Amino acid sequence: MLTPAEQSEIQSEVAHYPYKRAVAIDALKIVQKHRGHVSDEAMDDVARFLELSREELEGVCTFYNLLLRKPVGKHVIWVCDGVSCYLTGYGRLCRKLESTLGIKPGETTKDGKFTLLPIVCLGACDHAPVLMVDDDLHRDLDPQRNPGAVEGVLKQYE
Amino acid sequence: MSEPNELTHPLTCHLRADGTPLDLAAYRACDGYQGLAAANQLEPSAIVAMVKASNLRGRGGAGFPTGMKWSVLPMGPDAPKPKYIAVNADEMEPGTFKDRLLMEQNPHLLLEGIAICARAVEAETAYIFLRGEYTLCATRLRHAIAEANAAQALGNVHVYLHTSAGRYMCGEETGMLNALEGKRANPRTKPPYPGISGLWGKPTVVNNVETLCNVPAILRHGAEWYQKLSRTTDGGTKIYGVSGRVKRPGLWELPMGTTVGEILDLAGGMQDGLKLRGLLPGGASTAVLTPDHLDVAMDFSAPQKVGSRMGTGTMIILDDRACLVGVVANLIDFFSRESCGWCTPCWSGLGWASRLLDAMEAGKGQPGDIEKLEHLASFWGPGATFCALAPGAADPLRSCIQHFRQDFEDHIREHRCPHEGWDA
Ligand SMILES: Cc1cc2nc3c(=O)[nH]c(=O)nc-3n(C[C@H](O)[C@H](O)[C@H](O)COP(=O)(O)O)c2cc1C
Ligand code: FES
Repeated sequence: MLTPAEQSEIQSEVAHYPYKRAVAIDALKIVQKHRGHVSDEAMDDVARFLELSREELEGVCTFYNLLLRKPVGKHVIWVCDGVSCYLTGYGRLCRKLESTLGIKPGETTKDGKFTLLPIVCLGACDHAPVLMVDDDLHRDLDPQRNPGAVEGVLKQYE
Repeated sequence: MSEPNELTHPLTCHLRADGTPLDLAAYRACDGYQGLAAANQLEPSAIVAMVKASNLRGRGGAGFPTGMKWSVLPMGPDAPKPKYIAVNADEMEPGTFKDRLLMEQNPHLLLEGIAICARAVEAETAYIFLRGEYTLCATRLRHAIAEANAAQALGNVHVYLHTSAGRYMCGEETGMLNALEGKRANPRTKPPYPGISGLWGKPTVVNNVETLCNVPAILRHGAEWYQKLSRTTDGGTKIYGVSGRVKRPGLWELPMGTTVGEILDLAGGMQDGLKLRGLLPGGASTAVLTPDHLDVAMDFSAPQKVGSRMGTGTMIILDDRACLVGVVANLIDFFSRESCGWCTPCWSGLGWASRLLDAMEAGKGQPGDIEKLEHLASFWGPGATFCALAPGAADPLRSCIQHFRQDFEDHIREHRCPHEGWDA
């Protein structure tokens, strides 16, 4: 069941569109915000609410990069692997994250704090390499040119 | 160069050095919403005529004339209703980072452009289709929409923000329409074009953020002024950008038709110890240019004469220490991951090319791989695929093989990446 909070958030999006199904992506984002990821149960709940088949909604959900079908840690670290970041230290940044966190991309730290995921160009190419933690963009993170920057970013998250 | 002012830098002159956005009061203080006021004095057809006369061409990459696009929509009391505006704020192409600046720092400029467009085509509803990762843009646009609604600044159009969940195909105009309808962002058959049958089958204008941001000043200062801002026949200024290992990467608003070399100079030239080897003039989907092309004017025709495109006008600089095969592998990996899977040359061919390039970069390339890559890319031409994603991938691949074939051959012959000093 969708919680009353989820229902009212989804309903306020529905008001912007002529058809209810238009909010499929918003609805999935809303349940993900509340529950951390889109579980099988969440998928059923949203499908019922929007009167879509589970299969159709699954097709939508799996299409979008930011919708997560598996559990993640408390914070998601999205590392940009776009070409400008690639040219300016993406490899060094990744290795630094992997060694500091002890995980590979796609994995979650043992304490459940961070999940590391790749993302396409974050549109901050003039400050490459960059990453995003949850909703926050962090820029100029080449460990060679800017030592300590990665550690500084990670420290901001409890 | 003259001091940035409204008559020379209509898009950026009011941006603040500290990056804080102009709120409604500040925007009005620099004559904001005066373009809409001017538009309100005109018939819709006169607004469209003015935008046509300005030679404003779309800034999303393809450069379609904006006035012409608007003129396609059916008008008058018998026109299908409602009509829509879908603002393309997806900006997911690697190396492209210009629309973010406008939305973060001057959100009302975009809203005013939308309101003028709405009057010109008699649209009731506009959706700003924003990529999900642009969280600061979302906050600032939401605030600006609320301010504008409270002050009834936008006329009759309802503007809604749609935050996407990330997929490059959402930026393709018909993919975006599907995404706005809550579906997978697969492309649609054209024709019919969105101007006739777009969102939910209704007439829809799809325009890029920067395109719409140009409209208020055209209404205020006129088509002739706008055309004269440019050094070429494509009207106006352009926000150009540079990324890569240059001294000062960034964004600059300059006359349309500023040359590649002049833009690179503003970026301070190459970082110490590095030489310019090539550049992608306007994002990941544009063919590589070489140092021989520094005099090419960045507009919608000059780069085409040398086999490339201006694209989004944000250049990616390739230096002599970077491994070009690695760069191409990175680009094709992007296109392969982001292909929506709608047509075979794209989903299957890009995946194959991506695996070939990764193997080559890892020292496992085979003789004949270069020809295989060229063969695969030959299936990605315009007309061979459903949308422009695969043609966009073919351009950097084909051009890099053409200009830097030796790099590919060295990888295969030496069974390793010869760029020892290169540490990506
Ligand atoms: C795969 C793909 C992605 C695109 N992404 C964007 C984008 O993020 N933003 C954009 O404005 N145009 C993008 N375009 C171009 C749009 O299809 C369309 O031409 C543009 O939004 C039209 O607006 P304009 O005439 O104002 O330029 C993309 C095209 C393709 C093929
Ligand atoms: S390539 Fe990383 S922000 Fe653009």
